[in-house]
Amino acid sequence: MTPRGRRLLGMIRKESLQILRDPSSISIAFVMPVVLLLLFGYGVSLDARSIPLGIVIEQPDTTTQSLAGAFERSEFFAPRRYGSIQQAQQALAERRIDGVLWLRNDFSRRALRGDTAPIGVFVNGVDSNQANITRGYIQGTWLAWLQHVAGARGRPLTLPVALEQRIWFNPAVSSRLFLVPGLIAIIMTMIGSLLTAMVVAREWERGTMEALLVTPLHMAEMLFGKLVPYFLLGMGGMLLSVAMALLLFDVPLRSPLWLLAGSSALFMLLSLAIGLLISIVTRNQFLAGQVALVVSFLPSFLLSGFLFDIHSMPQWVQTLTYLVPARYFVAMLQTLFLAGPVWPVLLANGAAMLLMLVVLTVAVVRKSRKRLD
Amino acid sequence: MNPWHILALARKEFLALLRDRRSRIIIIVPPILQLFIFGFAASYDLDDVPIAIYNPDGGSVSRELVARFEGSPHFSIRQRLGADDQVAPAINNRQVLMVLRFGPDFSSRVLQGRSAPLQVIVDGRNSNTAMTALNYVRELVLAFNRDLQQRRGQPLPPVQLTVRAWYNENLQSRWFIVPGIIGSLLLVVTLLVTALSVAREREQGTFDQLLVTPLRPLEILIGKSLPGIIIGLLEATLILLLMVYFFEVPVRGSLPALYTGILLFLLATVGVGLMISSIALTQQQAILGTFLFIVPAVILSGFTTPIANMPEAVQWMTTINPLRYFLVIVRGVTLEGDGFALLAGQFWPMLPIALTTLTLAGWLFRHRMQ
Repeated sequence: MTPRGRRLLGMIRKESLQILRDPSSISIAFVMPVVLLLLFGYGVSLDARSIPLGIVIEQPDTTTQSLAGAFERSEFFAPRRYGSIQQAQQALAERRIDGVLWLRNDFSRRALRGDTAPIGVFVNGVDSNQANITRGYIQGTWLAWLQHVAGARGRPLTLPVALEQRIWFNPAVSSRLFLVPGLIAIIMTMIGSLLTAMVVAREWERGTMEALLVTPLHMAEMLFGKLVPYFLLGMGGMLLSVAMALLLFDVPLRSPLWLLAGSSALFMLLSLAIGLLISIVTRNQFLAGQVALVVSFLPSFLLSGFLFDIHSMPQWVQTLTYLVPARYFVAMLQTLFLAGPVWPVLLANGAAMLLMLVVLTVAVVRKSRKRLD
Repeated sequence: MNPWHILALARKEFLALLRDRRSRIIIIVPPILQLFIFGFAASYDLDDVPIAIYNPDGGSVSRELVARFEGSPHFSIRQRLGADDQVAPAINNRQVLMVLRFGPDFSSRVLQGRSAPLQVIVDGRNSNTAMTALNYVRELVLAFNRDLQQRRGQPLPPVQLTVRAWYNENLQSRWFIVPGIIGSLLLVVTLLVTALSVAREREQGTFDQLLVTPLRPLEILIGKSLPGIIIGLLEATLILLLMVYFFEVPVRGSLPALYTGILLFLLATVGVGLMISSIALTQQQAILGTFLFIVPAVILSGFTTPIANMPEAVQWMTTINPLRYFLVIVRGVTLEGDGFALLAGQFWPMLPIALTTLTLAGWLFRHRMQ
C-alpha cells in the first residue's frame, strides 16, 4: 500500500472511531431521520377531513334538510347545527368552527319559485390555504346536491362547460405522497450539514487541529478522510428514510433504485461540503452550530419548493432559491418517486447540484490551506 | 436573592454573546433577512401558473374561454399544443403545470345547449399546488358558465353560493404566513442565545467556577435567562414593525395582549433552551438538542400545515409546543382582532411549560456534573 493510501486509511479509521465513541453522530444519522420522518410523515398533512362547519337553518323543511344532509354525509365536514346566525358567528370568532353555512328563512320559497336563492357561507380566512380548500369542498358538495335535486325533478342540470379533472401522478390527491419525499430532502439537508459542521470546528477548538497539522497528512487527504465516514453515515440515514417512505407511508417509487441512490449520493456530498465549509470558516463550534442551523433548516423548508410553489415567488426570491441545494433535490425526489425517470428534470437538477458541489469543493480547499494564525 | 448578582451575571452573559462580531451578526442579521426573504417566498397563492392549451376545436366558445384564461392574473399560457401526444411531455418535464384539453366539438356542443366537457390535466407531484390551481380553474369556469347562461337566457341553477372570508378577506396567504414566520424566527433566536450558554461554560470548565461563587442557582437561572428574553423582546418588536409597515399585515387586536403572549412565549423558549443546555455535556450535544427541538416545534406548530389535520396522537404531542400557542396569539391579535378574553386559553398553557423547563434547568445546574 502506498504511503498516501495508508495515511488516508489511518485518517478514516480515526474519524470512524471518533464517531463510534461519541453517540451523538450516530444518533444524528440514524435516530434523527427515523424520528423526524415518523413525526412529519404522520403529522404534516394538507388534506382536510371533518372540517367543523356550523349550519344555520332558519326555517327547516324538506329542501333545507336535504341540503344539510348532503353536508352531513360528506366525509369532509363535521357539521354542527346552530339556532341563529349570531350563535354561529360567535362560534366562528372563538375558533370552534371553521365555517358557517347560512340558509335564510326565505331560502326554500325562493329556490322553488325559480329565483336564485343565496346560500351565505362564511369561512375563517386566517389560514387562507385551508379556507380555499374548505371553499372548494363546499362548492363541490353544493354542485353535487344541485345535480341530485335537478335529476330527481326530471330536469337534469346542464352546465355549458363541464370540468373533467385529471390529476396525474397522484390521482387520490394525498398530500403525504409529495410531502414525504420533500421531508426526506429537508431532513437530509440538516443531517448532512450538521454532521460535518461541528467536526472540523471541534478540532480547532480542542487544539487537536494543530496536532493534525504537524503530521505528514495533506489537507486534502485530511478532509477526504473526514468526509468518507460521514458520507457513509449519511447514506445509511437516507436508506432508512427511503425504506420508511416505501413501507410505512406507501409512497410509490416509480424509478429504478440506482437513480435514487445516485442522486442521493450527490446531494449528500453537497450537504457535507456545506457543513465542512461552515466549520472551516468559523473554526468555532458555537458559531458553526448557529450558522448550520440558520442556513439549513428554514431555507430548505421554505425556499425549496417543498411546500410553496417557486414559480409564484417574486423574481429576486426565485433567483435566491437557486442557491438552496434542497430545491434541486426536492424536484428530483418528487419526480423520481411519483413520476418516474423523466430525464430532462433529472439532468437539469443533477447538473445544478454537481456545479454547486464543484464550487463548494474549490471553496473548501482554498479556505483550508494548512496554516496557523 | 441579590439583584446585583443577577445584573452582574446578565451583563457578563451579554458580553459573552455580543463581544464577538460574528456572533453579534448571527443573532441580528439572519432573522431580519429571513423575514424579508421568507415573507415574500412563503405563499400558497399562485401567480402565472404555466399552462398549455390543446384546442382542436377553434370555435367561438372555446376561443372566448381561452381568452378568459389569458386575461386572468393566475394563469400564463406558455404553450399551444398541436397534437395529443404533446400533452404528456409538457407535464412530465415540468414545462407547464396544467394542460387544458378541449374536445373537437366543444363549441358546437355548447351552442346546441348540450354540456361540453373541458379536460384539465394537472401535474400532481405537488398535490396542494395542483388543488389550488384547480380551484382557480373551477372559479373561472363557474363564472364563464354563469355569463353564458345569462347571455343566452337559460335558467341559472336555483341555488347560488356566496362565500365570504372573515379576517383575511382576500384570502392572502401572506397574512397567514408572515405572523407564523415571526414565531419561528423568535424561537430560533432565543434558542440560539440560550441553548449553548451553559453547555459552553461546562465544556470550557468555567461553569464549575460559577457554581463556587456566592451566586445561588436561582440567580444563575435568572441571569442566564435575561439576555434571551431581552434580545427576544427587541427582536420581536423589530420584526413586528417590519410586518406592519412593510408587509402591511394589520394589527386589529390588543397590543398588550400580544406582548403578554410574546413574554410568555419567550419565557417558555428560554426555559427549553436552558434545559437543553444544562442536560448537554458538550456544545455538540447542545446544538443537536436544539435542532431536535426546533425542527419538530416549527413543523408541528400549525405554521404551515394545520394541527387539525394531524392524527390524534400527534395533536396531543403539540400541546407541549409553545410555538403552537404563540402562533394562535399572533394571528389572533393581528388578523382576528382578539384581546385577552379570547386568548386566555392560549396564554396559560405556556406557563407550565416555562415553569417545568426552568425548574429542571436550575436543578440540573448543580446535579449534572461530569
